[in-house]
Amino acid sequence: MAQPAGLLYSKEHEWLKVEGDTATVGITDYAQNSLGDIVFVELPRIGAALKQHANIGVVESVKAVSDLFTPAGGEVVEVNAALEADPALVNRDAFGDGWLYKIKIDASSMPDALLGPDDYEKLVATS
Amino acid sequence: MPNANEILTAAHDEPPIFALGKPGRANTYFAAGPSAQTFLPASALRDDLPLPDNSELDVVRHYTRLSHRTFAIDLGFYPLGSCTMKYNPRINEAMAALPGFKDLHPYAPDELAQGALQVMYDLERALTAIFGMSAFTLNPAAGAHGELTALFIAKAYFEKCGEHKRRTVIVPDTAHGTNPASAAMVGYNVVSLRSDARGRVGLDELRAALGDDTAVCMMTNPNTLGLFEDHIKEITDAVHAVGGLMYYDGANANALMGNARPGDMGFDLMHLNLHKTFSIPHGGGGAGHGPVGVAERLVPFLPRPIVTKDCDGIYALVHDGDDAIGTMRSFWSNFAHAVRALSYVLANGGDGLTRVSQLAILNANYIRVQAREFLEMPFDEPCRHEFVASARALKRETGVRALDLAKALLDRGYHAPTIYFPLLVPECLMIEPTETESKETLDGFVTALREIVETAHANPQAILDAPVATVVGRIDETRAARQPDLRWTPVL
Amino acid sequence: MYTPHTDSDIAEMLAVVGASSLEELARVPVSVALKEPLALAPGLPESDLAATVAAFAARNTAIEYTSFLGAGAYRHYVPPVVMSLAMRGEFLTAYTPYQAEVSQGYLQAIYEWQTYICLLTGLDIANASVYDGATALAEAAIMAVNATGRRAILVSRAIHPNFRAVLETYAHGLDLDVEELPVGADGTTDFATLDARLAEKRFAAVAVQSPNFFGCLDVPDAMVRETLERTGTIGIAAIAEAMSLGVLATPAAWGAQIAVGEAQSFGNPLAYGGPYVGFIAATKDHVRRIPGRLVGRSVDNRGNDAYVLTLQAREQHIRREKATSNICTNQAHCALVATIYLAALGATGLRRAATLNLERTRALGDAILSVPGFTRAFAAPVFNELAIRVPKATTPATVLAGLQTRGILGGVDLGRWYPSYDDCFLATATEVTTPREIAALRAALAEIANETEIATQQSVTARA
Repeated sequence: MAQPAGLLYSKEHEWLKVEGDTATVGITDYAQNSLGDIVFVELPRIGAALKQHANIGVVESVKAVSDLFTPAGGEVVEVNAALEADPALVNRDAFGDGWLYKIKIDASSMPDALLGPDDYEKLVATS
Repeated sequence: MPNANEILTAAHDEPPIFALGKPGRANTYFAAGPSAQTFLPASALRDDLPLPDNSELDVVRHYTRLSHRTFAIDLGFYPLGSCTMKYNPRINEAMAALPGFKDLHPYAPDELAQGALQVMYDLERALTAIFGMSAFTLNPAAGAHGELTALFIAKAYFEKCGEHKRRTVIVPDTAHGTNPASAAMVGYNVVSLRSDARGRVGLDELRAALGDDTAVCMMTNPNTLGLFEDHIKEITDAVHAVGGLMYYDGANANALMGNARPGDMGFDLMHLNLHKTFSIPHGGGGAGHGPVGVAERLVPFLPRPIVTKDCDGIYALVHDGDDAIGTMRSFWSNFAHAVRALSYVLANGGDGLTRVSQLAILNANYIRVQAREFLEMPFDEPCRHEFVASARALKRETGVRALDLAKALLDRGYHAPTIYFPLLVPECLMIEPTETESKETLDGFVTALREIVETAHANPQAILDAPVATVVGRIDETRAARQPDLRWTPVL
Repeated sequence: MYTPHTDSDIAEMLAVVGASSLEELARVPVSVALKEPLALAPGLPESDLAATVAAFAARNTAIEYTSFLGAGAYRHYVPPVVMSLAMRGEFLTAYTPYQAEVSQGYLQAIYEWQTYICLLTGLDIANASVYDGATALAEAAIMAVNATGRRAILVSRAIHPNFRAVLETYAHGLDLDVEELPVGADGTTDFATLDARLAEKRFAAVAVQSPNFFGCLDVPDAMVRETLERTGTIGIAAIAEAMSLGVLATPAAWGAQIAVGEAQSFGNPLAYGGPYVGFIAATKDHVRRIPGRLVGRSVDNRGNDAYVLTLQAREQHIRREKATSNICTNQAHCALVATIYLAALGATGLRRAATLNLERTRALGDAILSVPGFTRAFAAPVFNELAIRVPKATTPATVLAGLQTRGILGGVDLGRWYPSYDDCFLATATEVTTPREIAALRAALAEIANETEIATQQSVTARA
């Protein structure tokens, strides 16, 4: 399965959609599928300053917990409030309505180690 | 109303106690005295006390019915790996219930509690002899609590030695989850070691992880695969060579008694799960008891109080100690469990305990050599008190997973083995029969397991649908976690 | 020995396994093999065992004394129905209910325990139990640290010394700071410095116990609550005597977000200090930080209501080093005892029992204070314990020793924990304390007071 174009991917199975100086962050379809039914998402606080690769929250399924690492540094400007009532959004639409949070990217920490769709697909295929 | 058969098989729903009862349907356990306002200002008192009033008969029926819906050792074979579900001798209960123990207040003066102090003292001495440590404390309430106690001791020891850099704990990937969790509570970093192809700690990998930051290496032996770590002396030597301490997780100590001792292997710290090895009932998840043993140089750090005996044979609780880590819980120990454990030690004696471990090993191997005919054995060699099998091939061939096998065993009157642990074995089944089960029981279990595997090949759906003979079927755990319903609330 | 193997069983099984002997099967590398038999006495037949252990029990003569001991472990009346149900083998010999389909009964009982604790504390959620009240306080401190990101805890000095000692042990191991609020002249926590100390927002929580260690009701007032809310500090209520919850206002009523305590009083025997049963209750926003097991109600694939361990992803067997706590074993059977006790008593029984504690403690106080020289150490209202100041000419140790020679355990010497109260002891009365026992205590104290007076006069005379 091809990964959506126009997104950047981390090796920790997060995606990043950059629009100007902000980026939307989520976990990939592969990640939600591996976790199974997601029951809870712990998100960073709005206004929090995140360092790239920092552990900033968790995604919890019935019998597994996965840490969230931020693929880019910056300030959190919005979180997906709908996930509190309906964490299954991440299962249903990981690349769309199941997004996690938006950050204003810190220019000095612009991601360099991120993958394009083809490279991420290769990573997933060998996992 | 449930019919007779439903009552006898506990097949009906039993409503929560809160849905029973009526205000005023009270038992007269106590006299109705003056109201609380006679003694305290109204502002100090609660407005209401919304507990149900039930007749005693309703309480008896309710909890008797709940007991009918609970599997237990007393009902059937319980081969739950790592949990040591052996028979709980009833004499132990009778001893713990003697008024001289049951009604004894923890602040009773030492001179009026000599029998209780002797129980603690004698049990500590017995554990010291069985496991080869210099001293034991009965302070910790359970195994994980013992781990935490031992890590606090290690931390205090390194602080006393001025070795503040030592903040790394090394844990094999077969370890119980409590090991890394306990280490994290102490603020130590956890380094996980991969097992080698033989299911043991690899010496090279261990040596690469060791350094001057090494605080403690936590292991259990036999490990959770049921295999003896045959290089244990090299491992403890290597850890000691860099100045680290060796910690023994006693969850599997029931395989060792009379045969080998953690102290002789070079372990500096250990905990025991008295509720496993020494036949204390698990009671649905506790209370446990987790004594901690230490090598000579760590004795001053043991939590307080400790029990001493003077030259006149007088026992005392000692609460002071400059290097002691403090105390881990209210009062001295899970004392009633110490009575049970000492009773078990006295009943068995040294020869009996040796025999206990030997027969636990025999029973596990007796199942293993028969189960290897129809289940994959990732580590195919003689085991100790437990072994792991894998349903990986079965899943590939039939779609039936370890979970499904477990549920099918429930239908056949057996408790399930431990599944999906240790984590390194895919579709893992961890089987521990214990020494108290007879050959006939083990034969029946092997037959059931074989039949389930055969059915999985012939008609996998029959296994995937299990359990069908239980009072409830598979439970929606996703719903339980997404919409937590953790207490009863009245339906309005 | 509790093994069923006959010699022929062993021979047949060894043949199947392919080993020549049990010793061969159990053999370990010679470098670590035990060279000699275990240095323990030979095993005893059960009849001898019973006599041996009964002889230990008989040396615990304290149980024959009239007792006013309390201080965190309490003697209460337990209807026989409680143990008769709890000791059923199905409850006693079950493991943790991980296989929910065959554990519905125990799971439901724990769900009922969680509900009882919520109803008694006024809070939203409660866990399936922890080791005891003291470790519950330490776990609550960790919850507060995780919730706030602050690493200091402020505790009242009127909290049970054991609770504070365990918190200190954990705090040292976990690198947390613990500071204390002093006790005021009336025996309750002195909050005068609270505003200033919380201003820096350094403390994750403030912990207070009511009734406190001196028996005094010790409930934070509206100003304290306002300070906690303004500074984002979590209020923790500690309870060492669960019986008090039968009549006293709930911790939720003063604004506690977490309530922890010891539930030994609900049906569990004194047993020289354990096992007892700790509880943790909290507001629902702490649900993913609460340590230990939780039972939830869900449905099965047949449409039935069904109970199951839930939110397990918090726990050590899944999260390993990132778990909320390392706790695994809890005190399920002690919690079951408490649950059955509460079900049997109901609201009527619990309220009556708790009120009788108030009544007998009032009678105890009246009796002691009628002896010249003995006074209340503190003026604050109490539940079932009283701090008593002894006459100047004597000490609590002397008084308690004098009582002991008269067959009475009068209480605990407060100087053991509080040097400034080394002229006081703590006496307890519960619903099982009889008027006759109280009268005996009064008479004994009067004798001791007389002896003290005579001794004092003699020494004055001698000096003169």
